[in-house]
Amino acid sequence: MIKINCHSAFAGLQGFCLAVFLSGCSGIPLLDPKGPVGVTELHDIGAAFALMLIVVIPVIFMALWFPRKYRASNPNAEYNPKWRNSVKIDLVTWLVPTAIVLALGTLSWKETHRLDPFKPIDPAVRPISIEVVSLDWKWLFIYPDQNIATVNQLVFPANVPVSFRLTSDTVMTSFFIPQLGSQIYAMAAMQTRLHLLADTPGVYFGQNQQFSGQGYSDMNFKVSVTSLNQFNAWVKKVKQSPDRLDLARFKEISKPSIDFPAASYSWVEQGLFDNIIDKHQNNRGNLAIAPRKESISSGTH
Amino acid sequence: MFGKLSLSSIPWDNTIIMGAVSVVLLLGLVILALTTYYQKWTYLWKEWLTSVDHKRIGVMYILLALVMLLRGFSDAILMRMQQAVAAGTSHGFLVPGHFDQIFSAHGTIMILFMAMPFLVGLMNIAVPQQIGARDVAFPFLNSVGFWLTAAAAALVMVSLGVGEFSKAGWSGYAPLTERQFSPGTGVDYWIWSIQIAGIGSLLTGINFLVTILKMRAPGMKLMRMPIFVWTTLFTNVLMIFAFPVLTVALALLTFDRYLGMHFFTSTLGGNPMMYVNLFWIWGHPEVYIVILPAFGVFSEVVATFSGKPLFGYRSIVYATAAITVLSFSVWLHHFFTMGAGANVNAAFGIATMLIAIPTGVKIFNWLFTMYRGRVRFTSPMYWTLGFLTTFVVGGMTGVMLSLPPADFVLHNSLFLVAHFHNVLIAGTLFGLFAGYAYWFPKVTGFPLNEKWGKRAFWCWLIGFYLAFMPLYALGFMGMPRRMPHYSNLAWQPYLIVAAIGTAVILLGIIFQITQLVVSIRHRHDTRDLTGDPWDGRTLEWSISSPPPAYNFAIIPVVHGIDAFEDMKEKGIAYLQPHSYHDITMPINTGKGFIIGALVFVFGFSMVWYIWWLAILSALGMLFTVIARSMDDDVEYVISAAEVEQIENERYRKLPSIAGNRHVDGLIPGG
Repeated sequence: MIKINCHSAFAGLQGFCLAVFLSGCSGIPLLDPKGPVGVTELHDIGAAFALMLIVVIPVIFMALWFPRKYRASNPNAEYNPKWRNSVKIDLVTWLVPTAIVLALGTLSWKETHRLDPFKPIDPAVRPISIEVVSLDWKWLFIYPDQNIATVNQLVFPANVPVSFRLTSDTVMTSFFIPQLGSQIYAMAAMQTRLHLLADTPGVYFGQNQQFSGQGYSDMNFKVSVTSLNQFNAWVKKVKQSPDRLDLARFKEISKPSIDFPAASYSWVEQGLFDNIIDKHQNNRGNLAIAPRKESISSGTH
Repeated sequence: MFGKLSLSSIPWDNTIIMGAVSVVLLLGLVILALTTYYQKWTYLWKEWLTSVDHKRIGVMYILLALVMLLRGFSDAILMRMQQAVAAGTSHGFLVPGHFDQIFSAHGTIMILFMAMPFLVGLMNIAVPQQIGARDVAFPFLNSVGFWLTAAAAALVMVSLGVGEFSKAGWSGYAPLTERQFSPGTGVDYWIWSIQIAGIGSLLTGINFLVTILKMRAPGMKLMRMPIFVWTTLFTNVLMIFAFPVLTVALALLTFDRYLGMHFFTSTLGGNPMMYVNLFWIWGHPEVYIVILPAFGVFSEVVATFSGKPLFGYRSIVYATAAITVLSFSVWLHHFFTMGAGANVNAAFGIATMLIAIPTGVKIFNWLFTMYRGRVRFTSPMYWTLGFLTTFVVGGMTGVMLSLPPADFVLHNSLFLVAHFHNVLIAGTLFGLFAGYAYWFPKVTGFPLNEKWGKRAFWCWLIGFYLAFMPLYALGFMGMPRRMPHYSNLAWQPYLIVAAIGTAVILLGIIFQITQLVVSIRHRHDTRDLTGDPWDGRTLEWSISSPPPAYNFAIIPVVHGIDAFEDMKEKGIAYLQPHSYHDITMPINTGKGFIIGALVFVFGFSMVWYIWWLAILSALGMLFTVIARSMDDDVEYVISAAEVEQIENERYRKLPSIAGNRHVDGLIPGG
């Protein structure tokens, strides 16, 4: 009798699938992740794929084999015109998918908690804070600790967790750097969080993954992951830029435009990010739209 | 006087739109001219437009669906062509904004004006006959439901040439659909067309639920109903529970847009996330509304052409019930990336995975129905086998997406687009085509040409794989959906292959049109006088094709699942009754058509802010409904003598093989 160790068979299968996935996939961002979030997510996809194959392969096989074997023109095939029930088959057809879903469900519960975008990567390490604001149709990045800002370009050091706070000054958008993993929506009047880490320096592509109107296709940004020294040097350089992001400047760049060139600002109006949220939430703060006559209840915010 | 409407509302300068409009107008004129030339206006009005006969209404639903399939598919061709060329610095051949209208129209049309009318058409054709009924519970409501759907479809078609359609996607996420971001008439066209169609669907849901619960033939207990009836029943339950949510969500959005309210705005207390939740609380059950009837068709087809009862009947019923209930508990999986906590995401992810269990059970049951059967490879069976082998791939990618961490990278990518086309084409559409081929001879009295049907099938299957497998890969390459153009040249080869796939599907559609023409031309040679061309198992095959207005001269008594097979085995299937009775049937009425026409005018005038016309048409509708409720003369009697005459004619023509028979010569390709 041949005994097959289920676990090793499964691991082997998964390994095989991953190997197929990963072979020569440098042009395929999701198969070539550059950080722990993306790597884990790729593994989860592989695991789900492998688990599903347990059902999918037999189904495709049976869907081809049964009709061929039991074709009306085959006189040798058994014909059993009254056969309509089998407790054994019922049990298998209910229990096998249930078992797979149990396994997948467990995986899902664990991994969803592990990869919660709101959860810091490593609570022991102080992350780099970046505030993301989606505008029509460009991305504004504010570095509150450095008090600098950029548009359509993102720079941060490798191997340091990055803590994003995100909001939108326009419609819903989704902030996504495919090679680093998890995307998250940016929405007006509220703040979402995302924690990522890049483990390899390089230049990556960032994009909006949620259709947002006319300039959506061009709402991309360049992500430069550098060494810590390079990052500090870059901050210093930006600090010397003559461009400053005060309220007037922000109002100017927040006007709808397509293909906005990458820019950087040596100084940012204090509390700009929260002001943008406040504007949408209560129409308050120094970005409030034209004053209205009727009083606006502040609600329960 | 005309609200926002003026001559400049027509996009004269867009040659693609103007070309499409000309083609539509030309076809319309040809149809009008032919009707006039052959003097068919009276026939058209008396026999079709005013009909309350479920069979006629079913045919009109399917004709509407096929026309809208052509429109939705034209959109698909344009999208694939645009994305095949709009790489690097090229922006393709569509002007900015046009691509956005096209993908919004494609989704809206394919779901609400192709899949929905098609499946409601199949329900209309098959369900009353499968349960041994003479009509649906509310024949007039049925007519109203159809004309609401047709009016809504007409509104979408008009948006092509007058104004514009929505540029905000078929799901119309707020706040993009708010007036601030979409000031044009596009979103209003979208709102009013799906609002009207949605109300039509709600009426249909109520009608068929009551029909199935109250009008079954004696002896047809719930657990003896054909599976298509079961899936229709659950679909109707879904319609009744889900569509009101859409109605409310759209109404609130309408208040925002028309009255300056703030339900879904991002300012002043509005909450766009609420719209997204409401939309998908309807939207996810909607997915099952369009797939469950297809599952029903596959169940009928696989049992008939395997010459065996469906394997695990009870399992399939319970699995369908489980899917129905679960479908209301998964909507959040459409937006795992909106920032809900891990507990919420995981719970909805697992609820989603649970649906894979009953779905898997069904697939196994269809497979084991073929096991030890006598499988006949007719074209409905081809669609079924294409479904079984292809749908599982879509199911698999669906379960992958239900895993929140996987969704975090695949959400809104072309992987998602490939996934839902994998289930909607290989599942819903193949099912609808299988049902179309399966019930066609019942409706018309002659079968569809098998040769062209199979050619069309191969084109659809191969075209599907060519068009959508590259999209799975593109999802992993990070390509988002809905891109009018892109800078990443690595994506282009895949998109070219996808465009070629669309061309192959186009060939399939051409073959289907050829099939219809060839079948109609050869109808005199292929006419089926038995009413049972497939050696069917359920009651619709026990009556003539096409069936008389009253379907059943004598309401049959049912003794088990597969009632007609049971009769054939007992040798009583073709025994002519000794006597007949008077039959009461509903009288045709033009009021359904009038309501539809008025709804169209109402929708159009709301879109263009022509308030006086909106008020007038609304009053007109109210008046028509009141007038209808005053109608006392809504039924007529077919006398026993007339019934006898019609039935004698049928039995006279019935081939002498009446009784327990299986005639190979009558089975096309069999």
